Amino acid sequence: MPVIVVEVMPKPELLDPAGKAVAGTLAKRGDGEFTAVRIGKRFELHVDQVTDAVLAKAQELADELLSNAVIEDVVRVYVADAAVADSAVASA
Amino acid sequence: MTRVGVVTFPGSLDDRDAQRAIRLAGGTPVPLWHGDHDLQGVDAVVLPGGFSYGDYLRCGAIAAQSPIMQEVVSAANAGMPVLGICNGFQILVEAHLLPGGLIRNEAGAFVCRDQRLRVENATTAWTHGFSAGDEITVPLKNGEGGFIADAPTLERLEGEGLVAFRYLDVNPNGSLNDIAGLTNPAGNVVGLMPHPEHATEPGFGPDTSAAMRSGTDGLTFFRSVIERTLAAA
Repeated sequence: MPVIVVEVMPKPELLDPAGKAVAGTLAKRGDGEFTAVRIGKRFELHVDQVTDAVLAKAQELADELLSNAVIEDVVRVYVADAAVADSAVASA
Repeated sequence: MTRVGVVTFPGSLDDRDAQRAIRLAGGTPVPLWHGDHDLQGVDAVVLPGGFSYGDYLRCGAIAAQSPIMQEVVSAANAGMPVLGICNGFQILVEAHLLPGGLIRNEAGAFVCRDQRLRVENATTAWTHGFSAGDEITVPLKNGEGGFIADAPTLERLEGEGLVAFRYLDVNPNGSLNDIAGLTNPAGNVVGLMPHPEHATEPGFGPDTSAAMRSGTDGLTFFRSVIERTLAAA
């Protein structure tokens, strides 16, 4: 079953306190080479069939519901490759 | 008697408190249900605090899609007074009745305190019982109350007097320009992060210099809307 992936990130100029907390923990662990962490979201939309209409609808949902343009950017909307799609179904 | 609806969403916390505040202010609270399309002929609506839908997706985002919100949005656009408190403010923003967004507190921690505020706009349906510049104290309790907006929006909010409340003493959540609450240009839709419904009854409110827990500054919100709707009737 195909899966459409929507990736959303907080806007780069906004503070991401959750990401900052993780970065702080990494530094305390001695993993200071990772100088910053930002946390975003990944949505997996399951569909029976990928069509242009379904992709267009997914893009529209990504912009209007799955993200809030005031605070977030939609980074990417794409069809996951078969392996990802299969594991997504298996774990669903 | 003014009838003020209070919407209960899955995860609402302060709906009963809001109903109580309306009663204490002299109005009749009307419980409304998120899954209904019926506003039951109320004169005004309160969207209460809480964690609707567990704050899934974004705070207020799923509640903003609920059947009752379609009715609240059309009623608000037709001039009905709507007050969003805390999660209710987040719902108003997600429903595009107010601009901007609310993000996790700057310090990354949930904040609960009695918060001093300055009333910046005392012409709205929910604030006309105050005078501009009044300083009030109401409880604040949120994890995601940091108000943000892009520079042009912020300039418009300030220029048009749409900032309804500003934090005094400390900015608890990193909100831009210390913004605690907003109004729409018509003045019927107001949203704020602090909780006026928790400062409406002596013995259960914030401390004041007069006595412990005696603060009732929040009553004026509900009295304002009741007076306004009575005057319009």
